[in-house]
Amino acid sequence: MNPRYLPLAATVAIFVAAYLLCIVQYPNMLSTRVIGNLLTDNAFLGIAAVGMTFVILSGGIDLSIGSVIAFTGVFLAVVLQSTSIHPLLAFAAVLAITTCFGAMMGAIIHHLAMPPFIVTLAGMFLARGMAFVLTIDSIPINHPFYATLKSFYYRLPGGGRITLIGGLMLAVFAIGIVIAHRTRFGANVYALGGGASTAQLMGVPVGKTTILIYALSGFLAGLSGIVFSLYTSAGYSLATVGVELDAIAAVVIGGTLLTGGAGFVAGTLVGILIQGLIQTYITFDGSLSSWWTKILIGFLLFAFILMQKGLLHLSQHNRRHA
Amino acid sequence: MTALRSHIVRLAPQIAALAIILLMISVAFPGFFRIEVQNGRLYGSLIDILNRGAPVALLAIGMTVVIATRGIDLSVGAVMAICGAVAAAAITSGYSLPATLLITAATGLLCGLWNGLLVAVLDIQPIIATLVLMVAGRGIAQLITEGAILTFNHPGLIFVGSGSFAGLPMPVVIWLVFGIVVALVMRRTALGMLIEALGINRRASMLSGVSTGVLLIAAYVLSGLCAAIAGTIAVADIRGADANNAGLWLELDAILAVVIGGTSLLGGRFSIAASLLGAMIIQSINTGILLSGFPPEFNLIIKAAIIVLILVIQSPRAQGAIVWFSRSRAGDRPSEQEAK
Amino acid sequence: MQSNSENILTATGIDKFFPGAKALNKVDFSLRKSEVHALLGENGAGKSTLVKCITGAYRRDSGRILLDGAEIDPRNTQEAQKVGIGTVYQEVNLLPNLTVAENLFLGRQPRRFGLVATGEMNRKARELLGEYELDIDVTAELSRYSVAVQQVVAIARAVDLSGKVLILDEPTASLDTHEVAMLFGIVRRLKQRGLGIIFITHFLEQVYEISDRITVLRNGNLVGTRDTADLPRRDLIAMMLGRELIQEVHSGRTATGAAGEVRFRFTDYGRSGHIQPFDLEVRVGEVVGVAGLLGSGRTETAEILFGAERADSGKAEVDGKTVDISSPRAAIRQKFGFCPEDRKTEGIVADLSVRENIVLALQARRGWARPISRGEQERLADRYIEALDIRTSDREKPIKLLSGGNQQKVILARWLATNPEFLILDEPTRGIDVGAHAEIIRLIETLCEQGMSLIVISSELEELVAYSARVIVLRDRAHVAELVGEDVSTAHIVEAIAAGERGAA
Repeated sequence: MNPRYLPLAATVAIFVAAYLLCIVQYPNMLSTRVIGNLLTDNAFLGIAAVGMTFVILSGGIDLSIGSVIAFTGVFLAVVLQSTSIHPLLAFAAVLAITTCFGAMMGAIIHHLAMPPFIVTLAGMFLARGMAFVLTIDSIPINHPFYATLKSFYYRLPGGGRITLIGGLMLAVFAIGIVIAHRTRFGANVYALGGGASTAQLMGVPVGKTTILIYALSGFLAGLSGIVFSLYTSAGYSLATVGVELDAIAAVVIGGTLLTGGAGFVAGTLVGILIQGLIQTYITFDGSLSSWWTKILIGFLLFAFILMQKGLLHLSQHNRRHA
Repeated sequence: MTALRSHIVRLAPQIAALAIILLMISVAFPGFFRIEVQNGRLYGSLIDILNRGAPVALLAIGMTVVIATRGIDLSVGAVMAICGAVAAAAITSGYSLPATLLITAATGLLCGLWNGLLVAVLDIQPIIATLVLMVAGRGIAQLITEGAILTFNHPGLIFVGSGSFAGLPMPVVIWLVFGIVVALVMRRTALGMLIEALGINRRASMLSGVSTGVLLIAAYVLSGLCAAIAGTIAVADIRGADANNAGLWLELDAILAVVIGGTSLLGGRFSIAASLLGAMIIQSINTGILLSGFPPEFNLIIKAAIIVLILVIQSPRAQGAIVWFSRSRAGDRPSEQEAK
Repeated sequence: MQSNSENILTATGIDKFFPGAKALNKVDFSLRKSEVHALLGENGAGKSTLVKCITGAYRRDSGRILLDGAEIDPRNTQEAQKVGIGTVYQEVNLLPNLTVAENLFLGRQPRRFGLVATGEMNRKARELLGEYELDIDVTAELSRYSVAVQQVVAIARAVDLSGKVLILDEPTASLDTHEVAMLFGIVRRLKQRGLGIIFITHFLEQVYEISDRITVLRNGNLVGTRDTADLPRRDLIAMMLGRELIQEVHSGRTATGAAGEVRFRFTDYGRSGHIQPFDLEVRVGEVVGVAGLLGSGRTETAEILFGAERADSGKAEVDGKTVDISSPRAAIRQKFGFCPEDRKTEGIVADLSVRENIVLALQARRGWARPISRGEQERLADRYIEALDIRTSDREKPIKLLSGGNQQKVILARWLATNPEFLILDEPTRGIDVGAHAEIIRLIETLCEQGMSLIVISSELEELVAYSARVIVLRDRAHVAELVGEDVSTAHIVEAIAAGERGAA
C-alpha cells in the first residue's frame, strides 16, 4: 500500500475497532440514533476542524478558532436580541467579519514573516476580547427562525436523525475534500506544506495562498460559531475554550502530518468521530469520567506523531538505499 | 560596571513600559502606590500585583530558557494542574509537607523530562512535542483529583500560598528567590552562554563540544520544575486542587511574558529579569484594568494589541532593517560568500 | 552544420560584486544550439554566481545577456523560465509530498468546470514523461522515487516550461552509474531537439562523456573556453586548480625539519556511504594536506576524524593508545580541534559576540559548572584579537557583523584557546580576502613550528604545497595517493587526481 494512506488507514482501523469494542460491550451503541447524535454533537467541531486541516496541511497552525466560535455566538446573540435583523443577514455579516479576521492574520503571517503560532495567539486573545466586550453574560437566542432551522432533519431508518447542522458538517467536509484535492488552491496548500521556498520557486503565489488559507479557516470558524449557536441556542463569551486543541487533535489523529504537506480532509472527519466515540462510550458507561477522553486523545496524538516520525524516517532510509 | 550598564540598557524598554503602565493606573486610581503595614505584613495594590503575578512569573522563568534554546513549552499550564493535583493528593493522604513538596517537584521534573526527551532524543518539533502533554495533562490531573476539587487544610501547605515572609506574601518571596537563583546560575556559570549558543546555532555548538542534547533536556526539566512550583502556589492559594482551571491558558501568558521581555522566539539571547518584568507588565495590566473600573473584558484586547506591536518590532523584516542600518553606519559589512 | 554553431545564449562582460568580494569579473560565456556546455571550477570559482546571473536569481552588476539575439534581463527565475531558460538543481527543486503529476503541472493544472481534471493531468503527465522513456505511476508522491527519477521529472518540468536553454546544476552528484547513463541519454535527446544545455559538475569523466565544450572559471575569472575534444584531462585540471603548471618543488622545510614522532594514527578508519576506510598518520609538528576535487570525500574525511560523523570501521590512536572519537566532545577531550568548511552554518554562532565565540569551545570542554571568568574571557579574546589581527571595533560585537576572513580567524581563535594538539582545517581560506588569506597561511606555518599537528583541506593547491609536509589525494570518497617530500607539488597532485579520473573512466 502507498505509505501515504497508512496514517489514514490506521485512523479508520482505530475507529472501526473502537466502535466494534463499544458494540460488544453496549449493543445499544449500534443504532442510527447514536450515529446521528455523533454527527450533531460534533458538528461545530468538525466544521472548524476542516479549516484547521487546511492550515495544518500548509504547515501552519490556527489557535484562534475557539475564540472566533465564541465571538460568533455572542455576536449573533447580541444582534438578534437588540435588533430586528433577520438571522440570515446576521449570519452573512458575521461570516464576513470572521473571514476578514482570518485573512488579516494570514497577511500578518506572510508579510511580517512571523510564526503562525504567535500571530494566531494574538488573534485568539483579540477574538475572545471582542466577545467579552460585546457581553460577558450568556444570552439566549429565541428567534423563531432558529426554531425553524432546528426543526429540519432527515430521519434515518432506526429512528436516528441527521439534523441540519450534522448535515451541514458532512457538506462542509465534502466541499473541503473537493477544494483540497480538486482545485489549484488545494494543490498550492499542499505545496506550501511541502516547503514554502520551493513552492515559491515553482511559481506558487505564496502570499495569496497563505492569506486565503487563514481566511478559509476564519470563515469556517465563523460557520462553526453559527452552528454552535444553533446547537446551544445561546451566545456566551466563555464558551468553546480550547476547541482549537480538540480540532488540532482531530486533524492529527485523522492522519495529517502536524508539520504540514501530507494528510486528508476526510481523515479529519474520522478523527472527529473517534473523539466523539470516546465521549459517547463514556456517557454509555456512566461510571467512567470524562477526563479519560483527554488522556486517550493525548495518547492517540502521541502515537500518531510517533507513527508519522517513523514513516518519515523510513522513507528517508529507503531513499538513501534505493 | 559596563556589564551593569548593559543590563540596564537591556531592561530599559521593559522598565519604561512597566513604569508608564503603573503611572497610568495611578492617574485613574490615586491610592494605587499606597502600601500599608498590617501585622508585620505589607498590603497594597503593588504588593497585590507581585502576588497575583507569581504563577506567570514562575512559568516565565522556565519558558525563557526553553525559548532561548529555540523551543517552546505549551504544556506548562497542564503540568501546573498535574503538580497541583499531586500536591493536594499527597498532603491529604497524610504525607508530611517536605515529602509533599518533594513529590510535587519530582512530578514536575518528570513531566519536563518527558518533553525534553521528545525534543532532544526523538527530535520532534517542540511545539508538537509539548502539545501531547498539553492535551493529556489536564486529564491526568483530573485522574488524580478524581474530577472533584481536592481540598485540604494543612496549614503548612496553605502557608506557601497565603503566608508571608519578611513582610512579603510567600508567592512573591518564592518567585523572586527562584528567579534570582536561576538567573544567577545562568550567568555565574556558563549555562547561559551555552544555552544561547545552542539556540542560535545548534550544529556549530555541537561541533564546538557543547552537550546540546543534555542542555535541551535540562531546559525542559527546568520548565517542568517551574510549573511544579507555580502549581503548588496555585493550590495553596485556593486550598484545593482544581484540575480544570489551575494554570488554564497560563502557558500563553508565560510565552507572552517572555516575548514582552524581548527574548526572541527564534532562540538565542535571553534575559530572565526581562521576562519577569514582562510577567509583571501583564499582571499590572490585569490589575490596572480591574482597579480603574474599565471592564475586565478589555484585558484580552490589550494583550492582543501588545502582541501585534511586539510582532512588528521583532519581525525578521524589521530586524533586517535595523541590522542593515547599524551595519551601514559602522561601515563594516560582512562579505557575502558564495554558496557554492 | 551551420545551424548547430549558432549561439542561442551569449553573456558578455558579466560582473557581480558581493560586499567585500568580487564574485564575477568580466566573464564571457556563450552557448550554442544543440550543445552540451560544461561549466567547471572549484567551490567559489563563480559557476553558481554566473548561472544565477543568467537565471535572474541574482542581478548582475554589469554585462549583457542575449537570448536568441535579443537582450534579456530576467528579475527572477520565473521570468527566466518564461523567456526560455530552465534550471534543474542538485537538490531537486520539486515538492516531495506532491504526486509526480502535480509536480509537473503545479500552477497550470488542466481544469474542467473550474476543478482540476486529475485524470487529464495524469494522462498528460504520462505523455510528457513518455518522451523521456520514463514509465512510472504519476499518481504516487515524488518522494517515493529515486533521486534519478526526480531529476528526470524536474528536467521534464523545466523543459516543458522553458524550452530553449536548460541548466543542469550538479544533477549527477547523488546518482549511481546506471542512473547517470539514463540521465545522459535524456540529455543527448534534448540536445538533438535543439536545446542548449549548460552542465555543471565536478565529475570530470562525465564532462568528457557528455560535453561538447568546456568553460572553466576560477576565483570569479574566466580561465577559458575550449572544445572538449581538444582539451586533455591534465590541462583541464590545471586550468581548474593551478594557475600555471610549473614544477614547483616543495621546500621540504616542515617535512624534514620539525616533524617528530607519530602522534595520531588512524587505521582502517572509515564510514560506509561517507568515506572508504583509510590509514592516516600525523606526526608532531606536521601539516598533512588533503587534496581532491569537490565531492571526493574531503569534508567527509574531516568529519570522521573529528567525530562529527561516527566511524563504523577501524580504530584511532593517540600516542599509541586507542581512543574513542565518537563525538566532537570525545575528540575535543583528545585535544582535537575542527574548523568546518561551511562557516556560516557550522562555524559561527551569529548573534554571540566575538568574545563568546572565542571562548565557546574552551568553555564547553570545561563544562558549564566551571565558568571562565569574565576577566579571563576578555583577556583571551583580546589576546587572540591581537595575535590573529582580528579586525573588529569591539570584542563585544556580534560575530555576524564581521567580514568572512575575520569570522574565520575567530573560529581559529576558538580552537587555539583550547590549546589543541591536532587541528583539522576544512578550507580555511575559502571566501576570504587576500590579506586575511596570507595571514591564515602564515598562522598555519607558525602553529606547525610550535609542534601542533594539522590536517588542512584545501582546493588551493599552491597553498597546500607551500605548507604541507605530505599531501593525501582523495577521489571517489577514498584516499588514493599520498605524496611525500619532493613529490609534493601542484603538478604531482594534479597528476594524481587525473590518474584516478582516467582509471575510473
